[in-house]
Amino acid sequence: MNDMTPINASQNSDGQAGLLNLSRRRFLGVSAGALVLGVALPSGAGRALAQAAAPAVVAGTRVNAYIEIRPDSTVLFRSAFIEGGQGIFTAMAQIVGEELDVDPARFVVEAAPPGPDYLLIGGFRFTGGSMSVRMSYEKMRKLGASARLMVMQAAAARMNVPVPELTTEPGRVLHAASGRALSYGELAQDAAALAVPADAPLRAKSDFRWIGKPLARLDVRDKSTGKAKYAIDLRVDGMLYAAVQHARHLGAEPHTITNEAQVLAMPGVHSVHRLPGAVGVVADSWWRARRAAESLQVTWAAAPQGTRGAMPEDYSTERHREGLKAMTGDGLEAEASGDTTKALASAKTIIEATYDAPHLAHAQLEPPSALARWNDDGTLELWAPNQAPEMFQGAAAKVAGIDPSRVIIHSPLLGGFFGRHFFYASANPFPQAILLSKAVGKPVKLVWSREEEFLRDALRPMAVARFRAGLDEKGMPVALSAIAVGEGATGRWFGRQPDKVDSSAVEGIAGKLYAIPNHRVGHIHVDDPAVIGFWRSVGHSMNDFFYETFFDEMADAGKQDPYDLRHRLLAESPRQRKLLEAVADLSGGWKRGPYQAEDGTRRARGVAMASPFGIEVATIAEVSLRGEETVVHQVWVAVDPGSIVNPAIVEAQINSAVAIGLSIALMEEVVYEEGVPRARNYDGYPILPPDRMPKVHVRIVESGAPMGGIGEPGVPGVPPAVVNALAVLTGRRARSLPLSRASLAGSI
Amino acid sequence: MPRCAAPAAMPVNVFREMAMQLTINGQSHQVDIEPDTPLLWVLRDTLGLTGTKYGCGLAQCGACTVLIDGQATRACVTPVESVAGTEIVTIEAITGDAEGRRVVEAWVDHQVPQCGYCQSGQVMAATALLKQTPQPTEEDIAAAMINLCRCGTYNAIASAVRQAAKA
Repeated sequence: MNDMTPINASQNSDGQAGLLNLSRRRFLGVSAGALVLGVALPSGAGRALAQAAAPAVVAGTRVNAYIEIRPDSTVLFRSAFIEGGQGIFTAMAQIVGEELDVDPARFVVEAAPPGPDYLLIGGFRFTGGSMSVRMSYEKMRKLGASARLMVMQAAAARMNVPVPELTTEPGRVLHAASGRALSYGELAQDAAALAVPADAPLRAKSDFRWIGKPLARLDVRDKSTGKAKYAIDLRVDGMLYAAVQHARHLGAEPHTITNEAQVLAMPGVHSVHRLPGAVGVVADSWWRARRAAESLQVTWAAAPQGTRGAMPEDYSTERHREGLKAMTGDGLEAEASGDTTKALASAKTIIEATYDAPHLAHAQLEPPSALARWNDDGTLELWAPNQAPEMFQGAAAKVAGIDPSRVIIHSPLLGGFFGRHFFYASANPFPQAILLSKAVGKPVKLVWSREEEFLRDALRPMAVARFRAGLDEKGMPVALSAIAVGEGATGRWFGRQPDKVDSSAVEGIAGKLYAIPNHRVGHIHVDDPAVIGFWRSVGHSMNDFFYETFFDEMADAGKQDPYDLRHRLLAESPRQRKLLEAVADLSGGWKRGPYQAEDGTRRARGVAMASPFGIEVATIAEVSLRGEETVVHQVWVAVDPGSIVNPAIVEAQINSAVAIGLSIALMEEVVYEEGVPRARNYDGYPILPPDRMPKVHVRIVESGAPMGGIGEPGVPGVPPAVVNALAVLTGRRARSLPLSRASLAGSI
Repeated sequence: MPRCAAPAAMPVNVFREMAMQLTINGQSHQVDIEPDTPLLWVLRDTLGLTGTKYGCGLAQCGACTVLIDGQATRACVTPVESVAGTEIVTIEAITGDAEGRRVVEAWVDHQVPQCGYCQSGQVMAATALLKQTPQPTEEDIAAAMINLCRCGTYNAIASAVRQAAKA
């Protein structure tokens, strides 16, 4: 995704009228026009928003783009960020409600359409990198405060009193002197017509009622009763369903279909279509479309040798791993201190180890889908799971051959994402949906079967790290060389510069805070033949495993306790050292073991630190063995995000991160043989089941440091904490994930 | 290769439609459909009951769990013809059920869902458990609550089931 023009291309016309118009139409309850979807915007207004972009628009400032106070004083809030389980809609309601003076429980939050108002991440917009709250917190507070002042100004005019005589309580403006009160709902229309004030006062942190409190999430009841709608659930009038059969090897194209007539005669089948890299069937139900798509006998024309991005027909992950391990040299320097070469040469003891981690699938429970409809006015309407509406809008426009302003994109709730729903070209179904809808002249909902999803997901890259450490005569690390080998997702999608290190390939090896006087982190780039993408905690998801596990190898070689060594090497990093102490305290005091637990099992504990996404995390895992199977009983996590919005959501995110972190430590890997993934469903790609879930204990430390993210940072510490504990029990080091593979091979 | 391709000479008449009577959430529905169609797709596409989710299609994940005569059943591998004449209950009717209401309240109290996609199935599985075993042991809960959750809400699910059993 080097090409950012789709985003800029949408910033070229005056959208103010459209915004106000939108606000008024929704205010009057004339919503959704001819559409049947609750999430739909009136198509005219949606188009206006897509075009909205007087150059003067400063993202996150125009109240009416975000906030609509309804007659009953509830608030419709358009979130720049997409909800996918991380709780962002609730966090936005807390932040804005605090300043607007409306109880967050009175908010209805939906994903905002594309538009310059929502480009809150450095001029762009995406939901990822654990950035949503930390990048928008101040702006959203100001937005809420501005809206409150506008409501007060409207009340002042109505009551004919000066604004300073007015106060608010949740949802009402009060004039104490006369005892009069007006609800926000009564004032909303007048308020929406006012200019946004520049100087609205913010509430003092000490007066917060909702920010920082464990408020209930807004979406829990709907999600507990089947009412929540995801992209896969949506339906519009006259819609047909579609399923695809992809080429086994990415890059191959459909050549001949030998049984097309038979398939066309199957019940409900509307038509069969050749698509780039796939064949599609349109039918009157998805099951019929799917059965027909799978029945198609297709011969495929292989991509010409050397086609960029094509999957080689002889590709195997095993061979790729061996290739990464065989890479020599020091690579491009990502980070360095002191003179590592010299210090290694004079060290008393040298230890070396090579680690690897596999490709991973996102395996989110909602299979990807896309619903496309060409409207009579030539606009394209698209409902698609996405973490980046403007990027999807731009990409959809290219597929459709129309201007981005003519693409109306809707961003439904995500049934899990973990990085799955960025724009990954061949990994997104929406281009196929657009082409199919165009071909049949009707709205089409395309759903990828789980099998097609496992064939086309954008994977967490495979990676290898090679470590060489020098210890002095006291067993203290004096030099560390770490070479990361592989390809980063950021470079793949946002452009890699050959002379620069892609930070997503080294984060978690670089950026560590231990005081090792001489260290160097290098990166050797090797193209990953698979389609790679962002996966929860990105480079940290493997690199902290590599580093923190090798750290224990250094500790053992120097006859140091791994907790004590971390503690010593963090002497100059008080925030991290305090967090290490916090996690030890949370676990009842550090003890490595092995020891016998009350149930008779022999257990041990491992510890790991990580500094991802602007926060600090310390993790301890308690592990035993049942036969060859690793049993993780408890995980303790201390996190310091600086400051937080909702501790209950933070705790839920840490639980979630422990689950997925443990899952990748224990059992997840995508294996390709002959250019094809071996697993096409959860039977071949197991994810953590309930009976392997440990107890999770969380302590939140608010150090007051700049606010960090929370969605991803709990992941990286889990695999190393588990593997470090395991090493105590087995006396051997697992240097390759997942543990299930090593265990099956009998090497643990 | 785990490609699910049908045999080369696919006889078209395998897929003949048939009229069937289904009782779903207390209401009778007549559907004309191939009898081997999974119940899941009849619910979702034919009847528009999209609260029941598609996750895997192989009875691996449990997102499609519904009640058939009170038993938790994975609709994605249940041919529709096999459930004619049974009482089918989906998440859409969950609050019309005494155990279902308790489960939902416990889900809300424990703030169980994250992305929420698997939770229809989780709630249905918990409801079935409480119908059959009003006072479940930890082992009963572990044996019944086997649906997958990629967000890892497993601890919250177990806590909520315990609460619903006590309520």
